[in-house]
Amino acid sequence: MELIKRALAEGRKPDLQALVDAIPYCRFLGIDIDRKGTELTTILRFDKKLIGNPILPALHGGVVGAFLEVTAVIQLMLEIESEDLPKPVDISIDYLRSGKPVDTYARAIITKHGRRVCNVRAEAWQDEHTRPIAALHGHFLIRPKDRAQT
Amino acid sequence: MSNFPDHTAGFILQGIPHAAALKLMIIDVKLGEAICKVPYAEHLIGNPDTRVIHGGVITALLDNACGAAVGSKTALKGQIATLDLRIDYMKPATPDEDIFAFAECYKVTKNIAFVRGVAYHTDRNDPIATCVASFMLGTAKSTRGEAR
Repeated sequence: MELIKRALAEGRKPDLQALVDAIPYCRFLGIDIDRKGTELTTILRFDKKLIGNPILPALHGGVVGAFLEVTAVIQLMLEIESEDLPKPVDISIDYLRSGKPVDTYARAIITKHGRRVCNVRAEAWQDEHTRPIAALHGHFLIRPKDRAQT
Repeated sequence: MSNFPDHTAGFILQGIPHAAALKLMIIDVKLGEAICKVPYAEHLIGNPDTRVIHGGVITALLDNACGAAVGSKTALKGQIATLDLRIDYMKPATPDEDIFAFAECYKVTKNIAFVRGVAYHTDRNDPIATCVASFMLGTAKSTRGEAR
């Protein structure tokens, strides 16, 4: 992405909020970034259109999965030097509690940083960090900066 | 395996706000099977350079198709909830093309339903992504606030 290339060319990390804002789907979901140094939390602003079960009501499972996937990608963009967005190879989502109609937060950890594939875990929570609503485990294909031309 | 390249009929799931926001359509439901569609839209793009739809849209589509397949078999057992969903991404979706998902609920036990699904453009044998999921049956029958 142009935004990432420009940042890397200037020898800095891309502005992650600007990156998220440049992705139409992230804007559609309403994702914000809260970055304090290397600590990164993503925020999914609640909106009616994110509801999957209007009776409970609860967030759509696909929304929670997508939010965790975005969180994993953003964490990768923070830690790796890549001109392109990492591509998901596979993701596995555990749904632990139903998502209430409030803001949701998530954090990701890169468990293994390989040359081509990264192994990432992410967790989403609402009121209490210790009571996650969903957890993701996935593999993402990365293209490091020096190999971007090949 | 039969393919469904020319689905135009179907109805949008107005009762599910997120499905309505994606313009997610139910194309066909049979006992234990469902076909859904998400039309290509600019606001669903995940990479502005390539204009490829975001993986999250496919997650939502597959989750919904799997849920519909389970619902077609277990409608009398009350509400269902996704327990886990694993997705393998085979290839990026093609820009400007609608995405279909076929899901099949192949086993229902007392508490759990097992489903597999595939997302594709025109040919189920040339998948964009495949998934396996399990659903909990007979979850919360009451609304929030009452008997939690």
